[in-house]
Amino acid sequence: MSDIALTRPVPVTSEPPLARYLLIGFAVVFVTLFLFAPLLTVFAEALRQGWAGALDALRLPDAQAAIRMTLTIAAIAVPINAAFGIAAAWAITKFDFRGKAFLITLIDLPFSVSPVVAGLMLVLLFGANSTLGGWLIANDMPIVFAFPGILLATLFITFPFVAREIIPVMMEQGRAEEEAALTLGASGWRTFFTVTLPNIRWALLYGVLLCNARAMGEFGAVAVVSGKIRGETATMPTMIEMFYNEYLSVAAFTLAAVLAMLALLTLLLKSLLEWRHADLLAATRRH
Amino acid sequence: MRAGILRSPSPLPGFGLSFGIMMTVLSIVVLLPIAALLGRGLMIGPADLWDMLNSRRIWSALTLSFRAALIASLFNLVFGLMLAWVLVRYRFWGRRFIDAAVDLPFALPTAVAGIALTALYAPNGVFGQALAPLGLQVAYTEVGIWVALVFIGLPFVVRTVQPVIEELEPDLEEVSATLGARRIYTLRRVILPTLTPALLTGFALALARSVGEYGSVIFIAGNIPNLTEIAPLLIVIRLEEYNYDAAAAIGIAMLVISFAMLLAINAIQVWSRRRIGNV
Repeated sequence: MSDIALTRPVPVTSEPPLARYLLIGFAVVFVTLFLFAPLLTVFAEALRQGWAGALDALRLPDAQAAIRMTLTIAAIAVPINAAFGIAAAWAITKFDFRGKAFLITLIDLPFSVSPVVAGLMLVLLFGANSTLGGWLIANDMPIVFAFPGILLATLFITFPFVAREIIPVMMEQGRAEEEAALTLGASGWRTFFTVTLPNIRWALLYGVLLCNARAMGEFGAVAVVSGKIRGETATMPTMIEMFYNEYLSVAAFTLAAVLAMLALLTLLLKSLLEWRHADLLAATRRH
Repeated sequence: MRAGILRSPSPLPGFGLSFGIMMTVLSIVVLLPIAALLGRGLMIGPADLWDMLNSRRIWSALTLSFRAALIASLFNLVFGLMLAWVLVRYRFWGRRFIDAAVDLPFALPTAVAGIALTALYAPNGVFGQALAPLGLQVAYTEVGIWVALVFIGLPFVVRTVQPVIEELEPDLEEVSATLGARRIYTLRRVILPTLTPALLTGFALALARSVGEYGSVIFIAGNIPNLTEIAPLLIVIRLEEYNYDAAAAIGIAMLVISFAMLLAINAIQVWSRRRIGNV
């Protein structure tokens, strides 16, 4: 075997060494220019006036209100979408009903709708110019330019994230284990908590992680629906835009750096999940 | 209701509850808003919709959004394939790091990407200064929009193609080599056809996302009407003028484009399932 390797250093199923080095070099340069450079720029610009400048920016009342808003929205939107994802996965994978394929397409729909169009839809539905919106405002329950609108916009954008991760996993596991638990006398809820949930926990965590990253970072839909009122409806991404347009570069990039750190944390946890529990995740063996 | 919807009985409980939750959330969050947009379109009527869309500024915006998305997705198709190939086939120091970094555009908020790319490519930015002597201006031109959309679309292509490369059977490549094919011929005639469905799916996903992209583009685009003004921005402008009908008209046009691309993606998957059994 080693003799063969000596006479033929390049296996027939690989490229010549020169091509390999060139391709690896290309990959490194490409990722550096297109991915790492923008990421580094965020931190470099945030620290342009040193740590003190960045910390001052975080102490601005508008920035703090925006951080609170983003955290609140994510804290509500992510659990709702997780509950929806679990319910949808249970209905879709454990039962056979009419129109299932169409339903799965509907769940994926928000992926291909522009965030701005999503915001526009909510404005047309709940805005002051519509019948429903007019009634809601008259009864002191405004949705557009208020908290519920931002929540609905975030829910729309992050809608498929959890469902998409757990449906394939539950599909693959079938329903034999749940049926066995029921035969042994467990109640429906007990079956869910002791059989189904442990089976899907890593996929669920993965979906929640992606959902959270998107929920905190959503810009287009929220910008349209929130009206970007400082201190009231501005979220971190919309506050970044306002700071940036006012040439408050350090403030804009400091808030951006906070979101970038969240993105890095998401990537780290995601990679850990993929390395440790690859067999229990749908995403890593999606065909 | 249960007997009417279910095709076959299941011993498991909870259909009513889970189906109910799913349909309630789906209706409030997705279906009702879409119905509101389409209903607004019906109220305006097709003739008036067409009149509102048929202006130079809107055509420029729609074609720009589509053209830039197409160019960026084609770029990602080629370079995303090369990146996926390197990540699967070669072992080198830092491979896992680069592999994890490919998902950065998924995780980084679009507004953050937008201001970062603008700072890099602006005339006084690091890349902007380097490109200026070559006579290239990226920020505030259409090229800037391409750069932003390449950033946004890259993971779609890489992540769709990567698992298919991982599952390629080495036998085929060995057979091809044994029969006397040169490596480049094997790559072109044996490997590329197997990857085509996944490449097309990744391309279509990147395209669908890029056409409607807003956050990463508006900072770097310059937003000059008829030149670098994308369609989603035009919707935002119309909404700020309280011109809801005009905003709805552009929104419906973009929704039609989205639906068409969703159908195309499904068609690709059906076609490839018939052809090679997976996507």
